[in-house]
Amino acid sequence: MVYFILKRMVQSVFVMLAVAFLAFSLFRFVGDPITQMTGVETSVADQERLREELGLNDPFVSQFMRFTGDMLKGDFGFSYRTRQPVADMIADRIPATLELGVVALIISLVVGVPAGVYTALKPRGVLTQTILMTTLVGVSIPTFVIGIMLIFIFGVQLGWLPTFGRGGTVQIGSWESSLFTIDGWRALLLPAITLGVYQLTLTMRLVRAEMMEVMRSDYIRFAMARGVPMGRLHYKHALANTMVPVITIIGLQFGGVIAFSIVTESVFQWPGMGLLFLESIRFVDIPVMGVYLVVIAFFFVLVNLVVDLLYVAIDPRLRISDVS
Amino acid sequence: MIALLKKYEGLWLFVHSPAAIVAAMVAVLIFLGAVFAPWVALVNPYDLSSFSLFDGLLPPAWQDGSNPKYLLGTDDQGRDMISSILYGARLSLVIGLSALTIAAILGVGLGLAAGYYGGRFDAVVMRIADVQLALPAILTALLIDGIARGILPAAIQQDLRVAVLTLAIALSLWVNFARTARASTFVQMNKEYVQAAIMMGQRPTRVMFVHILPNILGPLLVILTVDLASAILLEATLSFLGIGLPADSPSLGTLIRIGMQFLLSGEWWILWIPTLFLVALVVSINILGDFLRDIFNPRLR
Amino acid sequence: MLTIKDLAVKFPSRFGDFTAIEDVDMEIKPGEIHGLVGESGAGKSTVGAAVIGLLQSPGYVAKGSLRLGETDLRTLTPEQAHKVRGDRISMIFQDPQTSLNPLMTIEDQLIETIQAHSDVTEAAARQRAVDLLEEIGIKDAATRIKAYPHQFSGGMRQRVVIALAISTDPELIIADEPTTALDVAVQSQVLSLIQRLAKERQISFMLITHDIGVIAQVADRVTVMRKGRVMETGDTAQVLGAPEHPYTQALMDAVPPLDRKLERFRVPEANDASSSLGELAENWLLEGQQQAPTGLSLRNLSVQFSGPRTSLFRKPAPYVALDDVTLDIKPGSIMGLVGESGSGKSTLAKAITGLVTPSSGTMMLGDTALPFGKSRSRLHPSRQLVQMVFQDPYSSLNSRHRIGDILAEPLWFYGFVKDADEREKLAASMLSLVGMQPDAITKYPHQFSGGQRQRIAVARALLARPRFLICDEPTSALDVSIQAEILNLLKDLQNKFGLTILFISHNLAVVRQMADDTAVLRNGKIEEVGETHSVYTAPQAAYTKSLLSLTPVMPTSWAVET
Repeated sequence: MVYFILKRMVQSVFVMLAVAFLAFSLFRFVGDPITQMTGVETSVADQERLREELGLNDPFVSQFMRFTGDMLKGDFGFSYRTRQPVADMIADRIPATLELGVVALIISLVVGVPAGVYTALKPRGVLTQTILMTTLVGVSIPTFVIGIMLIFIFGVQLGWLPTFGRGGTVQIGSWESSLFTIDGWRALLLPAITLGVYQLTLTMRLVRAEMMEVMRSDYIRFAMARGVPMGRLHYKHALANTMVPVITIIGLQFGGVIAFSIVTESVFQWPGMGLLFLESIRFVDIPVMGVYLVVIAFFFVLVNLVVDLLYVAIDPRLRISDVS
Repeated sequence: MIALLKKYEGLWLFVHSPAAIVAAMVAVLIFLGAVFAPWVALVNPYDLSSFSLFDGLLPPAWQDGSNPKYLLGTDDQGRDMISSILYGARLSLVIGLSALTIAAILGVGLGLAAGYYGGRFDAVVMRIADVQLALPAILTALLIDGIARGILPAAIQQDLRVAVLTLAIALSLWVNFARTARASTFVQMNKEYVQAAIMMGQRPTRVMFVHILPNILGPLLVILTVDLASAILLEATLSFLGIGLPADSPSLGTLIRIGMQFLLSGEWWILWIPTLFLVALVVSINILGDFLRDIFNPRLR
Repeated sequence: MLTIKDLAVKFPSRFGDFTAIEDVDMEIKPGEIHGLVGESGAGKSTVGAAVIGLLQSPGYVAKGSLRLGETDLRTLTPEQAHKVRGDRISMIFQDPQTSLNPLMTIEDQLIETIQAHSDVTEAAARQRAVDLLEEIGIKDAATRIKAYPHQFSGGMRQRVVIALAISTDPELIIADEPTTALDVAVQSQVLSLIQRLAKERQISFMLITHDIGVIAQVADRVTVMRKGRVMETGDTAQVLGAPEHPYTQALMDAVPPLDRKLERFRVPEANDASSSLGELAENWLLEGQQQAPTGLSLRNLSVQFSGPRTSLFRKPAPYVALDDVTLDIKPGSIMGLVGESGSGKSTLAKAITGLVTPSSGTMMLGDTALPFGKSRSRLHPSRQLVQMVFQDPYSSLNSRHRIGDILAEPLWFYGFVKDADEREKLAASMLSLVGMQPDAITKYPHQFSGGQRQRIAVARALLARPRFLICDEPTSALDVSIQAEILNLLKDLQNKFGLTILFISHNLAVVRQMADDTAVLRNGKIEEVGETHSVYTAPQAAYTKSLLSLTPVMPTSWAVET
């Protein structure tokens, strides 16, 4: 078990290093950092001096190591566009994106898992067929279209909910949260649903497929044969076994949540990291792009490590060694 | 007839699945319309001389103030909506299909080799796939787009937009093919017909492509269909974010982005008709993908 | 007491109803072990599933009556039927590896089952569970009960499964191939456990199996099925010893005896008329047979695999698959290799064919040394001289290739025949030599049955003009009557073409029929080698003795006189 977790950690470190390398290459090779940092009036000699000061003439490997070291210390460099520290810019935006992502993920789980279970247990029902068809349409509608539709219906036509921004936020330390005011929740609702719908359909289809697979297994048939009560059979035996693979995939899907949050944030003008990233692409603000990458990969790796721990908690085969 | 249908069970299922038939019809219709756009479209939306501002903002034919010449109305520039959509779908499909081809060749090649050789090669391919997974499709595509902006001179950037977009989509989709091909190859590697071929001393390339590949086509075909839908969605999303194609050569996504400006005014058709079209296309492809999945994995039926 | 009358089960399909079983009558008395035997497709498992009410969807009971004591099982509502399951009827599945929920402890699964059927406290249920495990032969049950299924070995796991099945005191247990996945030693323990339970607790068993030996050993009565219908039913000794129905007689003729060697099995021979069509292939094979038969000798061969890694710092302990194996296979003879699962039989075959790399030792094919694993070049002559017939005819033929292409591949690959039409002709002729219609070359593997596929696999091996043939469990995926045909075929071919054969099987009776010499393998070590007759009649190693005594056989007195 310890080995399993250690192995996963080593793999995570590898992924992080690879992403850091990507970010570094971006910074180093996409455009010349010096021309970006200085204006036209800077002389060539000054540029050279700056290059030397920043260590841009050092060997590649030592530059990368310094880059990684700086990152570990929380020094993420400066934006080309705003000249602010990138760390501050990202830190400002993290709460908005995380709250959006987590609420969306919760929506997708709370609706997706029961729907998946239901459609797996009653595969031939009318409701099941309806749900399946709806979700098929659901995965086929681009996230931004769902957003536009929600804005159109609830924002424009009905006028119930705000269509952009975070609404009322509360400052808790350095964390700006919209979870503590009604206004904030009203603003959060539409973006979170938009982001959640796509994940929801994926979760539902996955739970359904796994559950149907499990329901066919020998141990479920054996439990049937010894008359284990149906409720226990479905929720204790089948669902638990279904969750083992589902959790893994949900971990991987977290990447999708982050990615689609870029789209959602753009549609709703939600001031999160995704919007910042979009702006940075438009202005070729390489340091911000690079740091965004690293931060996203970090969250991804973190979530998947948590998933591995959950996995160990659920599955005794990973916890306790084999045949004694 | 029955005997023939029994032999081709997939065909039988198809004939008896109204959803699949409708989906196939919609997909084929849009595909044909896109291929023959230059011949069937009323105007060429890329050619400023073929339409006129005077025809701008005409509603669809069933509404008051319409011009029956423009069945689904016109946009603010006076372009016929149907023509824009057909040309847009053409561009979307060209990008989607070429991206898919690149992704499939790259992914299946790497996945097959990883499954066949296993060991260190497999580990390296899978770690690269891990990194790719940590940076999901949209992010990868945006990133490549951003890099292209950074290194390509502004002058040729516009000309290379389609190529950059295609590459961005291809690179974000190869992982699906690689993982599926690898997993299926692992299963086949334990089959005795593969061991027989290796024992005989056949070349690895022959074992991979002549023996294993035909046996893993089923799941790959499913991925191919599902990813065609993803590719089209991805292109639309990127264009919507304003990072894909410019307004003068609009894809379906660009059309929707332009239509957004009319969300609050009365010209609903400029936004919703291209949207409906895009959704219909993707839904059809996804229904077909689901249908294929059912055929290749009958236990889930 | 279970009474089945006139039972029919149908599976509706797109092309009309498919009748799985029909006109099935059966009666099982309390404490009786009733064998239900038949080849694949006979509908044995369907009978069991119909009784317990767990037919695979969309199957349904179309006709007949199913009564357990006074209860009519067909009239029960789904809720009542679920109540009867466990309470009065229970079931044991084939594979103990998959029949227990891996995420729950044995204790949870036992208590849950006991509490589902009787109103007892958890403590009482736990006590009952511990007692049951003790009774079933699990030592230190009070602590072992806390374990998860994966912490038990296969045999122990099947005991746990049985404990679960009897935990609610059912009247009837349906045992569907309960020992097929087990090795002989464990099988014998499980069978005596079943016998004991039937006797002491008066539980009736419906013992579904394809293994005549198992039936002979434990069943009181037996029902023989074929293609969904009952062929014959009666006392075991009478049905197996003096079968009345022609099908049962043919079945008994095909069962390989452990205690003597038959020259041939008395099974209907495949089309003899085709032999003239096979002449081309026969002559071609004889023409390539200029060299004398080739033997194989292995000296101190060892194979190690790296074990599962459990620590970053410690090197994983190697798993020894073959340990210092020395074996001589005489030119033109058949060497039988027997052993239980995990004994290293297949590893030995893979080492010879170059699929795994031995860690030490030598291998000599005739006068040439066989390079190990990857160091054997792709063009090494042994790749042609050594051919293999695999266990699973469903996976050994590429399902996407035409039979003609599968058979022509060795002719093309080894450069025997340059012309594509000639290759096709030779392939067709080879098909008739192995008893198949030559027009099969235009078809695909899925159009053939398992036995036919195995014939095709044999044809493919022969088309490489081998001198040394490895048969790795070539009949263990086949029904006994098909097995008899394939064994006859292999004997004929070996006689005709002077092949040297390494015949690998877990089935001692089959090896006895085939092999000139026999080697017994256990945990990667050779326990005993010798001339087959003497190994079977006067085994030297204790392990061989126990294997022979534990293999279920028919009492000699029942044997059909030949």
